[in-house]
Amino acid sequence: MSAVPLGMPSFPDAAREATRNPTLRRNLRHATHTIRDRRAAAVAELDDWAELRAAGAAIKDRTLRHLDTYLEQAEAAVVAAGGHVHWAADAAEANRIVTDLVRATGETEVVKVKSMATQEIGLNEALAEAGITAYETDLAELIVQLGDDRPSHILVPAIHRNRTEIRDIFRDAMGEWGIPAPDGMSDDPRELAEAARLHLREKFLRAKVGVSGANFLVAETGTLVVVESEGNGRMCLTLPETLISVVGIEKVVPTWRDLEVFLQLLPRSSTAERMNPYTSTWTGVTDGDGPRAFHLVLLDNGRTSILADEVGRQTLRCIRCSACLNVCPVYERAGGHAYGSVYPGPIGAILTPQLRGTGSAVDASLPYASTLCGACYDVCPVAIDIPEVLVHLREKVTAQRGHVIERSALRAAAWAMRDPKRYTALQRAAAAGTRALHPRRLPLPGWGKAWTDTRDLPAVPKESFRTWWQRRDTSGGTK
Amino acid sequence: MRVGLFLTCVNDTLYPRTGQATVALLERLGCDVDFPLAQTCCGQMHWNTGYGRQVEPMVRGFAETFAGYDAVVTPSGSCGAMIRDNHPRAAARSGDAALADAVAAVVPKVHELSEFLVDVLGVTDVGAYFPHRVAYHPTCHSLRLMRLGDRPTALLRNVRGLELVDLPGAEECCGFGGTFAVKNPDVSAAMGADKIRNAEAAGAEVLCAADNSCLMHLGGMLTRRQGAVRTLHLAEILAATEADPGGLTWAGVRNGARG
Ligand code: SF4
Repeated sequence: MSAVPLGMPSFPDAAREATRNPTLRRNLRHATHTIRDRRAAAVAELDDWAELRAAGAAIKDRTLRHLDTYLEQAEAAVVAAGGHVHWAADAAEANRIVTDLVRATGETEVVKVKSMATQEIGLNEALAEAGITAYETDLAELIVQLGDDRPSHILVPAIHRNRTEIRDIFRDAMGEWGIPAPDGMSDDPRELAEAARLHLREKFLRAKVGVSGANFLVAETGTLVVVESEGNGRMCLTLPETLISVVGIEKVVPTWRDLEVFLQLLPRSSTAERMNPYTSTWTGVTDGDGPRAFHLVLLDNGRTSILADEVGRQTLRCIRCSACLNVCPVYERAGGHAYGSVYPGPIGAILTPQLRGTGSAVDASLPYASTLCGACYDVCPVAIDIPEVLVHLREKVTAQRGHVIERSALRAAAWAMRDPKRYTALQRAAAAGTRALHPRRLPLPGWGKAWTDTRDLPAVPKESFRTWWQRRDTSGGTK
Repeated sequence: MRVGLFLTCVNDTLYPRTGQATVALLERLGCDVDFPLAQTCCGQMHWNTGYGRQVEPMVRGFAETFAGYDAVVTPSGSCGAMIRDNHPRAAARSGDAALADAVAAVVPKVHELSEFLVDVLGVTDVGAYFPHRVAYHPTCHSLRLMRLGDRPTALLRNVRGLELVDLPGAEECCGFGGTFAVKNPDVSAAMGADKIRNAEAAGAEVLCAADNSCLMHLGGMLTRRQGAVRTLHLAEILAATEADPGGLTWAGVRNGARG
């Protein structure tokens, strides 16, 4: 995966800034609550949602168990249909493959379909270094690119922006990248969409190379599938002469019958639609129809090591619907940028530390960026038990060096909890300590201060329950 | 029925009144309640913070302490969930087959309080009286791990004098999350503030839940802000009666041991 952004603080520090930004809080609250409610309604329409969800999880699990078989089957089918298949072990290799393929066409521009895999490997930056400009064509990705910004959501990368901010970005930056925004453009969504349409149309008609990801890769026929709402993706998939698709190896599904399950799960979970407006599928190349050259880059980039982890591997079921982000109370307050990765929210909190490891401050803090409230698990269309994986990753973090104070405190507490006598002594000490400090502002940094900055400590009763119980017993209270 | 009360270390230390109320309520309904003194902690904080390796002795202690009861009742949705979901995992991880058996034997007998009242005793009207406007916050572990559903509100609806008000955004997390509250204090406080705003908007006098840990966080914010709403555990509302509106002067407590 591409590296941790330079100077990226830990999640709590980045989130602190976000909680103090009222515009961001308002934008996120409005957007996540709207889509959250719509998803709930779209899912409630189906009587068999629970069965679909179980089927989705089971298909992914079965596919992952036999991943090598299905990938080779897909490779053979793509080649038989006139496509080329490349295997990339990591981000650097994938970027090198794509850069070389673009160079071989002699082009210096590509149009892009919205894709998480290419974000993950930092493809645009790698192409830029090679003198190749990548134009994002998804509306929200365009907003991020023109604003020189980072994506903050899987499906709606510019979710942190409101329409006035978008108007300003279009007005200020479109001209640098191509067709400028019309004079006097207002922040009316229709006017903004029209400006984007004009700006992008010129790119579509000129581009000779398209770069995409894929939502699914059907092994039995070697067919790639992209689902989208805008139709911009279809332009990029059909107009250029060369199409390069970068696809994570976990995107494979064995058959079209399996695909059917996901085509029900994904749109309802993602955009709350019964069916997404555009579903594009392509198999190799077809004479006189669409690109004349097709390259599939199969990306590992840490996925096989996730697969080797018995608890963590369920992460690879993810179909990137973003329902977990939209329902997450932490994401809603912290915003996507605090996660320091192209994968924010609950899925990011489990995926990023598995892809990048837990060496940096932000990556080590991500498994703790959750109250374990379980809302993400409930909405996940492929039943990824995100809280279970978070706790599993926390164990990896605490096994690393550091955490000296925390580890010794918890070890001491565990030692005391082993024995009722020690427990009672600890209880007395804790009660006396809390009582002395009650109710506020502990002077020392650490957990005590973190609590009392915004909350009073609980008032500590004179007598614990167990003391009362023993007294009641001896004083003959009714039993 | 011989009921073992697993009060939880937080309630034992900080919220003895919740324990007293649970005892009063269960005795009123004819249970023979015992509080085995060997009980300590379910290990949830360790488990959820990433120190699952340390909880095995607590899991063992729990299974031994509560082996002999017909039922085990706990007034905490999240500690109940820790026992039900994670004690078997911890036991399996220990590789000790006898421990796994002991845990498997005790876990099905463990019930959160409202579960025990509704499912085991079969009552939704516990004869309580509490003339106040109450909002119920269905804490996340009660809601999504224990799946308490409408049991707590069914009990509250049958409390005479009680007006149950709708809490907007009820199913949203309050921001406590155990050590989350201190590891991510700003997001935690932002979530808590929203929960409190919603309780105030609902016109509640009392914010009630089946988990004192979440109420400790919300209550701490409320007293800091000197808000009008106060927090109260479900057990304390269900224990209150017409004869004893405060719910604090039943036989055992009258002996002079108020919390
Ligand atoms: S983890 Fe589940 S809910 Fe989240 S994006 Fe992936 S599939 Fe969707």
